[in-house]
Amino acid sequence: MWQAMWDFLHRVSSPKYFYSWAGKAIPWFGWSFLLIVIVGLYLGLVVAPADYQQGESYRIIYVHVPAAWLSMFVYMVMATAGVIGLIWKIKLSDVIASSSAPIGASFTFIALVTGALWGKPMWGAWWVWDARLTSELILLFLYFGVMALNAAIMDKRNAARASAVLALVGVVNIPIIHYSVEWWNTLHQGATITKIGAPSIHISMLIPLLLMAIAFKLFYGFVLLLKARAEILERERNTSWVQELVSKS
Amino acid sequence: MNSHFRAFSILLQRDLKLAYRHRAELANPLLFFVLVVSLFPLGVSPESKVLQQLAPGVIWVAALLAAMLSLDSLFRSDFNDGALEQLTLTAHPLPLLVLAKITAHWLVSGLPLIILAPLLGVLLFLPTDAMPTLLATLALGTPVLSLIGAIGVALTVGLQRGGVLLSLLVLPLYIPILIFAANAVQSAAIGLEVAGQLYFLGAMLMLALTLAPIAAAAALRISLSG
Repeated sequence: MWQAMWDFLHRVSSPKYFYSWAGKAIPWFGWSFLLIVIVGLYLGLVVAPADYQQGESYRIIYVHVPAAWLSMFVYMVMATAGVIGLIWKIKLSDVIASSSAPIGASFTFIALVTGALWGKPMWGAWWVWDARLTSELILLFLYFGVMALNAAIMDKRNAARASAVLALVGVVNIPIIHYSVEWWNTLHQGATITKIGAPSIHISMLIPLLLMAIAFKLFYGFVLLLKARAEILERERNTSWVQELVSKS
Repeated sequence: MNSHFRAFSILLQRDLKLAYRHRAELANPLLFFVLVVSLFPLGVSPESKVLQQLAPGVIWVAALLAAMLSLDSLFRSDFNDGALEQLTLTAHPLPLLVLAKITAHWLVSGLPLIILAPLLGVLLFLPTDAMPTLLATLALGTPVLSLIGAIGVALTVGLQRGGVLLSLLVLPLYIPILIFAANAVQSAAIGLEVAGQLYFLGAMLMLALTLAPIAAAAALRISLSG
């Protein structure tokens, strides 16, 4: 079983094999995302009851929270892929890291915008300089830094290594985001899901939230594979298999 | 071990000597520091009440920007004349040599900021009680600025137009320092306990001191291979 997985990882890390594997995997990601997001949105927007304090406007958490989770998750994926690229010099991990950066930046942006939309009726202001919001904003800047560095260095291999180092340095920021709620204890409400014991969110609200989180992860996989395929074609344009592929179509 | 220490001190002395020979360049970030701070009374309000409240943040933001501006000289000339490449070829660990360069850089750019800061504090009507805290935060914070900045410079030294990019890479990483330091000075100004913030700054200094030279060395190797 381990051997089979290891073999699969070995094969999939070759750009050519990954290209065709991703081509087959993309529809699976896309359709399962669509299915789960419809169920999740229906349960979240129609079935789940309104909040006793926040009324209907709490429902934005079904977009906001998954986006915020993913903004950190994608950063970790990017940093991990960067480390793998630095140590084992696997081309595919460079592709994963550089394709993840703009996707992660978009999720961070969505988390910030939906947070602002929710903050207006709840806190009475679009933006509050609360620690968690600020950390999310810093995360967005970190993504921009990685993207800018990646774009500034001409040599693709070196660009990937340099952005990997930068992403690793930025990883220091992720725990700060996570623990900022406890450290500064300001306006942003504390964590409601990961509390040990009974979560303080009702099960009828929790299920759609988790469904939406899964749907967002699938969407990330879907977009990542699309982008990675395009990136591979560009990077490998001088190889015979890409030229064969292009001349066939 | 001993030879490593000697390499460290020789490189430190060399960099200090080089900095001394170009002393006019050293003054520029300091002048910038003073200039930016003196713009605030002109732009916001000359009233002592307003300035007093702004002082910790303004001084720290100006210090942040001045530290960032001075970063470019850290590796630039050594990169251009090939000395940096020679450093990577020596038998001594590169992080140690990078730390020597960062130390020299901090001594000529960070330390003068600390000496100038009380003057600016007076200009902005910062209460005298907050002065020791201002100096303490700068003493703990500016080395972190140099250490983190070194990673950014090491990543961009090979690029033609690294300047704006450098600020994009480095400033977000400076934010935690700014938060804790400015908060400490503000608390001191209204007579609150500041030990907690100073411990945090100290912890960040230790973290940067141990990890930043390694990251900067790795980044330099990448820049030199391009």
